[in-house]
Amino acid sequence: MLPDVIVVGAGIVGAAVAEALAVAGCRVRVLESAWPGSGSTGAAMGHLLVLDDSEAQWRLTRLSRDLWDARADQWGAALEWESCGTVWVAADGEELELARRRGAWFAERGVASELLDQVALRAAEPNLAAGLAGGLRVPGDSVIYPPAAVRLLLEGAVRHGATIAAGTPVKRAGGGWVELTNGDRLPAGAVIIAAGLATPELLATPVEGLALIPKKGHLAITDRYPGWLRHQLVELSYLKSAHGSAPSSVAFNVQPRATGQILIGSSRQLDTLDPTVEPATLSRMLARAATYLPRLETLTILRTWVGFRPATPDNLPLIGPVPGQPRLWLATGHEGIGVATALGTAALIRASVLGEAPPLDPTPYAVDRVVGWMAHA
Amino acid sequence: MPEMVRLVVDGLELQVPAGITVAAALLNRRLVARRSVGGEPRAPLCGMGSCFECRATVDGRPHTRTCMVRVRNGLDVRTDD
Repeated sequence: MLPDVIVVGAGIVGAAVAEALAVAGCRVRVLESAWPGSGSTGAAMGHLLVLDDSEAQWRLTRLSRDLWDARADQWGAALEWESCGTVWVAADGEELELARRRGAWFAERGVASELLDQVALRAAEPNLAAGLAGGLRVPGDSVIYPPAAVRLLLEGAVRHGATIAAGTPVKRAGGGWVELTNGDRLPAGAVIIAAGLATPELLATPVEGLALIPKKGHLAITDRYPGWLRHQLVELSYLKSAHGSAPSSVAFNVQPRATGQILIGSSRQLDTLDPTVEPATLSRMLARAATYLPRLETLTILRTWVGFRPATPDNLPLIGPVPGQPRLWLATGHEGIGVATALGTAALIRASVLGEAPPLDPTPYAVDRVVGWMAHA
Repeated sequence: MPEMVRLVVDGLELQVPAGITVAAALLNRRLVARRSVGGEPRAPLCGMGSCFECRATVDGRPHTRTCMVRVRNGLDVRTDD
């Protein structure tokens, strides 16, 4: 007997979880406080990539990239899919050595990449500054438009009988029940909270140690310049910035859109909940990008915005059942790669809810590890 | 007779009155500066740099608002058309 399911949150993770469980045959109801994709997902870049940050992150990104790839033929056009690959850009010889090691690491695990020297890098991306040492091209990475992905996943869920309730804020939830802010109490065989940063405050019985860290990020998008940029470009020291504890940092990360527009990132701020664009941080971010792409300053920026990444202290998401609270699962804490890892997350949740064999070892993402986070707080 | 200058539009050499804007020169010749994402021809609306409807590539610089640029001899204009 399949459980009736309530998914709280219709970002990319909630949408993927809803689709997976609806396809599996569960009756699924999605509760979204605002509108689908209105949180971190709507502010995100949509880079589908594999990461070697840790074995656990590698396995989840690899599984998820394969699952996205399996949908490319059917969904590609609707997702504005670009098979542009990633180039990890090495500024100097030291970073080029990191690129070489990353490439070897990928090769051991069956993922193709290509080490680029100074000349090959310039040939691959003519607008890059002269003097950069090289880079690592990962041709299997791609780019999609996240709001379109949310829409397609939810449409898939609805085709399998799911209902989507937007504008329906949840007050709190527990094992097998959800209470709305209007007082309605809804029972369910399985409740999955995929509410990003709002997840901890929705839990009627707190999970001791559970902490999500909002990491604010700025993005800017240009007018259309078809052909100007060919790959998603990320500086090799990106993860240093992404996982550092500095209260504010910027890193070079730019993305070609199917429209010919260029999405420019990135910034990370750990000490603010201010939801507005900050000119000082935006300027630093653009200046960083211009050191890699000097002609960037000749392009016109159309729009700038910010979002908040739901991060965890150990840089891995929380995916799995809540210990001691039967019929309650969490799927949150994906930081800046929720789009990239949504389908793997959904596969893990599906296996856990239905008692099937998991597609990979779920232990590194398990909720019980938050107990140890108290010491770090 | 006003003074004339030579404007190059998509490789065509056009004699246009000096002192007018590139947008005006394109309008006088019934030329389209740009097309929308959906392929529709667009034309200047505000004539004062606000609406961005008159953009073209001017001397190699994409998305230049042609209403903000005066014609001059040899200026190279590439439209989307």
